[in-house]
Amino acid sequence: MPVLAGRELRIVGFLCNWCSYGGADTAGVGRFTQPTDLRIIRVPCSGRIDPLFVVKALLGGADGVLVSGCHPRDCHYASGNFYARRRLEVLKGMLPVLGFEPGRFEYTWVSASEGQRWQQVVTRFTEQIHALGPSPARDILAPRRGLASGKGGDSARA
Amino acid sequence: MKIGVFVCHCGSNIEGTVDTAAVARASLEFPEVAHAEDVMYSCSEPGQEAIIEAVRSKGLDGVVVASCTPRMHEPTFRRAVERAGLNRYMLEMANIREHVSWIGKNREANTNKSADLVRIAVEKLRRNRPLTPKRFDITRRVLVIGGGVAGIQAALDCADGGMEVVLVEKTSSIGGKMAKLDKTFPTVDCSSCILGPKMVDVAQHPNITLYACAEVEEIGGYVGNFTVKVRRKATYVDWVKCTGCGACMEKCPSKKSHDSFNEGLGGAPAINIPFPQAIPKKAVIDPAFCRQFVKGKCGVCAKICPTKAIDYSMRDEVVEEKVGAIVAATGFDLFDHSKYGEYGGGRYPDVITSLQYERMLSASGPTGGHVKRPSDGREPRSVVFIQCVGSRDKSVDRPYCSGFCCMYTAKQAILTKDHIPDSQSTVFYMDIRSPGKLYDEFTRRAMEEYGARYVRGRVAMITPKGRKLLVRGADTLLGTQVEVEADLVVLAVGAEAAKGSPHLAEKLRISYDKYGFFMESHPKLRPVETNTAGVYLAGCAQGPKDIPSSVGQGSAAASKVLGLFSKAQLESDPQISQVNLARCVGCAKCESTCPFGAIHMIDFRGQPKAEVIETVCQGCGICAVTCPQGAVQLEHFTDNQILAEVDALCRF
Ligand code: SF4
Ligand code: SF4
Repeated sequence: MPVLAGRELRIVGFLCNWCSYGGADTAGVGRFTQPTDLRIIRVPCSGRIDPLFVVKALLGGADGVLVSGCHPRDCHYASGNFYARRRLEVLKGMLPVLGFEPGRFEYTWVSASEGQRWQQVVTRFTEQIHALGPSPARDILAPRRGLASGKGGDSARA
Repeated sequence: MKIGVFVCHCGSNIEGTVDTAAVARASLEFPEVAHAEDVMYSCSEPGQEAIIEAVRSKGLDGVVVASCTPRMHEPTFRRAVERAGLNRYMLEMANIREHVSWIGKNREANTNKSADLVRIAVEKLRRNRPLTPKRFDITRRVLVIGGGVAGIQAALDCADGGMEVVLVEKTSSIGGKMAKLDKTFPTVDCSSCILGPKMVDVAQHPNITLYACAEVEEIGGYVGNFTVKVRRKATYVDWVKCTGCGACMEKCPSKKSHDSFNEGLGGAPAINIPFPQAIPKKAVIDPAFCRQFVKGKCGVCAKICPTKAIDYSMRDEVVEEKVGAIVAATGFDLFDHSKYGEYGGGRYPDVITSLQYERMLSASGPTGGHVKRPSDGREPRSVVFIQCVGSRDKSVDRPYCSGFCCMYTAKQAILTKDHIPDSQSTVFYMDIRSPGKLYDEFTRRAMEEYGARYVRGRVAMITPKGRKLLVRGADTLLGTQVEVEADLVVLAVGAEAAKGSPHLAEKLRISYDKYGFFMESHPKLRPVETNTAGVYLAGCAQGPKDIPSSVGQGSAAASKVLGLFSKAQLESDPQISQVNLARCVGCAKCESTCPFGAIHMIDFRGQPKAEVIETVCQGCGICAVTCPQGAVQLEHFTDNQILAEVDALCRF
C-alpha cells in the first residue's frame, strides 16, 4: 500500500523492546496523539540495530529513520545501548558522505514510562522530516526497487 | 508457507478508527497469506478458537495477529497457535492498537498504517522457523533486598514456603521506616508491637540468612541462576561475639553521631545499636565520629566490652550468594523539605518533619514519648500540620500523590490530642485522600472526636513571631486568608524513590520511572513482576504505599517466587543467537562483546569457533551486530528478517 500521497512520508523506526517500544505503548495507552507517518520495527535491544539497517532503509527510499532505545545506564541487557550509541554516532557522521541530510536520521532514548516524551519525539521528528521533504533516494532508486525486494531466503544462515 | 492474518476489532478500541475488514482484505495481497479475517476480540475464547479453527481447516503454517502490543498478549496467542498444533514461535503480532488506533484519529491513515504493520509482520513471519526451548535447573534460593516491612513479609513467606532466603539490609537493623513509627493508622495500634514479632521471626527462621549493614554490589546471571555479590560493610564490632548489651553505648565519650533512627533529633554515640528492638541487636561503630578513628586514641569501647567484640581493624567483606530469584524491596526516602524556603525548612527548629514528630511521639524516642519543641523543650499548645509537602506539587517535580500522608497526619493529630489534651491541631490540606478500609472514618474521627481543625488550602509562608511561628495561608473553601500561631509545625513530607534506586535498577537490569521508582511489568496485571524474569518488586520501591499494601505486595512477590520455584526446571527463551560455524572465523569479537558471557570459543576440527551457551544467552543480539562475518544471527531477529521488514516498509 502506498503512503498517503502528499500527507504522509515514510519514516522507519527501530525501537528496543524494553524501553522505547514500551514507551510507545505507554503513549498509546495514554492516548497521546501522534502523526501517523512512523512505522515501528521492534528489535530486542538498541544494540541489535546494525547501522546498516538504517542505511538500507534510507537507500531504500525511507524519508527518515528514527532509532530509540533505553536511556544510557538503564538497559535491559546491561550495556546494549552503549554499543548502540557508539555505532549510531559514527553512522550519523557518515550520512552526509552517503548523500543524506543528517536530519533524516536521529536516535533518542525513551523509557517505558515516558509516553509523553515519546509523543514529543515522534511529533518533532515527523515535523523535521516533513520540513526536509521526500528523500532524494526515492527518485534515484525507485526504478530499481524490483531487485531489492526479491525473494527473502535466509542466506545468512545457510 | 500458508499464513493466516487475524485483525482484531478490540471492540471499538481498534475498529473505532481502523477499518479492520479493509486491513484483512489488504492482507490477502501479501505474500503467502492464505487466510485473513477480522475478529471482534481475538484474545477472547471465541477469538482464540477462530484462530485455532482456521489453522486446522486451512492448514496454516503461521499466524499474524494484528491487535494490541505484543508486550501484552504475545504469550496468549503463542499458546493459542500451540493448541492449534503449530510451533508457538510461528506467530507474529502487528501492534495496531497502541501504535495506531489509540494515537491517530484519521481512519484512512490508520487503516493504511495498520496494513503496513501487518505486512511487516508477514514478512518477518515468512522467515521464522519453529523453535524449541531448552530446560535448565534452578537454584531454589531467593535474595530479598531491603528489610522493611515489605521485605520482611516477602522473606518470611518465602522461608515459610520452604525456600532459603538471603535478606540484605543496608542499615544495621531490619524494620525500615515502619520501625520508626509510633502508632499506625487506622487502628492506632503500636507499630513496634505488630512489627517486632515479625522481625524476631526473621532472626529466628532457620531458612533466613540476614546480612545487615550490607549492600548488593553486583548481580550476574539470569532467572533461576543469579550470582550476587554482597558487600558486608565493616562494623568494627565482631557480631558473633557482640551480645547487644549496650555497655559500650553508655561509656562512649562521643555522642555526636547522626542518630538516623531518630531522624537526627538526638545525638547518638559513635558506637550504636539503633533501637532497643533492633534485629540483629548488634553494635556498629560510626568511624566518622569515633575518637579511635578520628583522633587515633580512645579505645573505651574495646576496654569496656565484656565479650571483647570490638575490632578497629575490621574491613569490608564481599560474600557471594547464588539465588534463583530476587525481590527488590528497597523502600523510599522522605522528601527534603528544605526545598520549600517559605516553610523555613531547616532554619526554624520548630518546623519538623512528620517522621521526626513520629519519633517524638514514640515512648522509645529521643524525648521518651513527650512532645517537646526542639527549640526550648516546651510542650506545644498549638500544632500546625501542613500536608502535601513534596507531594502533588509540580514545582518541586513531585506531581504524584504520596498516598499515605493524609492518613498519617490524621493519626498524628489524634495522637497529639492524646498526648496534650488541651492542645489544638490545625491541618492545612489540599484534598483528603483516604481510600483504604476504615480510612475515611478515621480522618473524620480526627476532626469530629479529636477536634482537629481542617483548613483546605496551602500555606504561603511561615515566619517567626516571638517564641511562636506565624503560619499564613489561604482557606480556599471560605475564600479568606488565615493566620495561625503555632508552637510547632509538622510538615507531612511526601515519599520519593530511595536514593540510589536507579543505581540498583541498573544492577538488576530493571526499569525505573522518571522519579526513580522501579517499574512493574504491567501496571494492572503484573504489578509485582518486572520485565526481567526472576526479579520481583515489593513495597515502596515500586511506588508510595501504606503498610497494608506493602505487606500485601511482599506476600504477592513471595507467591511469585514460590510459583517460579515450584517447577522442576525452567524453560529458556529459544529466541537466542546461533553461530553459523561455516562463516565464523574465530575472531572472538562476539565473545568479548556479549554482556552476559554467553559466548565461548570452542575448538571445532582444530579451528577456534564461537558457541552460544543457550541457557545463558538473553537474546539481545548485540553479538549479531558485532560479528564481522554475519556468522552470529539472533533467531527471529536475523539480519534478513529485519531487512525484509525494512524492505516491506520502503515499497511505494
Ligand atoms: S564474531 Fe563472528 S566470526 Fe568472530 S568468533 Fe564470533 S561468530 Fe565467529
Ligand atoms: S544475543 Fe549474543 S550478545 Fe546477547 S546474550 Fe546472546 S550471545 Fe550474548
